[in-house]
Amino acid sequence: MKQTYQYKEGNLVQSEPNKLKAENLRSEEMIINLGPQHPSTHGVLRLEVLMDGEIVKEVVPHIGYLHRCFEKHAENLPYNQVIPFVDRLDYVAAMNNEHAYAMGVERMLGIEHQIPKRVEYVRVLVAELNRIASHFIAIGTYGMDIGAFTPFFWIMRDREHILRMLEWASGARLLYNYIWIGGLFYDIPVGFEERCREFIHYIRPKLSELERILIDNKIFIERTAGVGVLPLDLAINCGVTGPMLRASGLRFDLRRVDGYSVYPELDFEVPVGEGKMGKTGDCWDRTFVRYREIHESLRILEQCLDKLTGEHKRTREFDPQALVPKKIRPKAQDLYVRAEIPKGELGFFFRADGRNDVPFRCKCRSCSFVNLSVLPEISKGILVADLIAIIGSIDVVMGEVDR
Amino acid sequence: MPVFDEIVSLIKSACTAGDPVVDENASPKAIKIQALDLVKVCKALHANPLTYFDSLSCVTGIDNGTQAGTMEVVYNLYSIPFNTHLMLKVILPRDQAEVESVSSIWRTADWLEREVFDMYGIHFKNHPDLRRILMPADWEGYPLRKDYKHQEYYRNIKIAFEQPQ
Repeated sequence: MKQTYQYKEGNLVQSEPNKLKAENLRSEEMIINLGPQHPSTHGVLRLEVLMDGEIVKEVVPHIGYLHRCFEKHAENLPYNQVIPFVDRLDYVAAMNNEHAYAMGVERMLGIEHQIPKRVEYVRVLVAELNRIASHFIAIGTYGMDIGAFTPFFWIMRDREHILRMLEWASGARLLYNYIWIGGLFYDIPVGFEERCREFIHYIRPKLSELERILIDNKIFIERTAGVGVLPLDLAINCGVTGPMLRASGLRFDLRRVDGYSVYPELDFEVPVGEGKMGKTGDCWDRTFVRYREIHESLRILEQCLDKLTGEHKRTREFDPQALVPKKIRPKAQDLYVRAEIPKGELGFFFRADGRNDVPFRCKCRSCSFVNLSVLPEISKGILVADLIAIIGSIDVVMGEVDR
Repeated sequence: MPVFDEIVSLIKSACTAGDPVVDENASPKAIKIQALDLVKVCKALHANPLTYFDSLSCVTGIDNGTQAGTMEVVYNLYSIPFNTHLMLKVILPRDQAEVESVSSIWRTADWLEREVFDMYGIHFKNHPDLRRILMPADWEGYPLRKDYKHQEYYRNIKIAFEQPQ
């Protein structure tokens, strides 16, 4: 039967009523609705803004327009079949999500330390490639938000190389289902390492071009330096993680702090915001931290490639699916696992009851969700144009906010 | 770096409604406390210089089903300077699920508790702004409860999926 839509009077009432009431407004104040269909809100984010002329007095975010019931689905699916859903959380960095999820289930099964080194290095390799792609999106769209159009196209061109490589490895451009519990879908294709090195060689000069045209651009600095300053104590109290927290001056990266996977064997810096152009923790710092992280990820890639062509070379016998369990039934337990994805700390809370192949509860603690909740705190008494600059610098992906 | 036993004894001294119970079958190790003690315990853990749990990673709601008749709220605390994890569990009766909000201690809790309220209908007392967050404001029922059944129509749109002929 075809579903039909019948018009009724009540159908057009807002499903998400405003929090602020028009009768409580003082004279000269007004409520402006921003989004959900607005390019600068990075997806379907709706903001209810209380304005006094050009000055923002209060911001109330409304989310949930992209809610796809991840947690409900996860409660009804075996552990390995949840991975495609995990991809769709932060859809511009799907590899990182898969890595976090697979790590959690492996820890529950107790096979965490048996994973072959080559598998771990391939995981880190693809995850870092995806981290670069995600930061490209963050910086490119941020530039576009505040009026720099050219860097967006340059960066999309360069990101395409990463997507093609990941497509070569997994068969999909964005949503990979590549990292499996206990292993990988396939080993990386023959020639991948060389192409990856070629990419690193290609991208380094492009990055300095990007720095010249966007990061060190006077217009960009004037728009972002000293805007949306997030003090460190507020950041910690609000649970902000990832580049946003590091821009506020804390050297805190879960790849270092937790040292999961093979990250302890790799050499990389953790960049922090120093307030070079304005104050520590402003929008420029956040962008600059992301930019520096791309360079660090490139260093990690080089080290992974050295290992993958040297110590853990591809052999005829190597089977990345050798440890993939046929049946996944963890013991009854509660577990919280977390990993650093490009936006911050992605956590999964699992409860297994020991009798089922499906998780009893699978909660996703998403970093974009928590990072977005700081927006009302740092956008009081600013101009509307700065509000757009702050939203972009948080780097939200609505797929992860709404899950 | 605080030892787990020290944390347990600190929690014990802050509890008044009942003794905390250690749950070893969790990673990080969990402590079950009474719902009435929650804010006192959290304040003690947050302010004490020995533990200093300065960030709240995650708030999870769990429905144990109608047979067990309980719901749980799980708090994952993390201390950045000491690199210590802790899981706090509060068990609530299913018919009157109510717990004090910790958003006065960690502002992270504001949205995380709203999400638990949205999905489970657990009421957080003294929460500054307890509204639904992901579901529409006029949605009926709490979707992640184990006995949840969705309504038939939402604003004249049929919810159940039917295979198109």
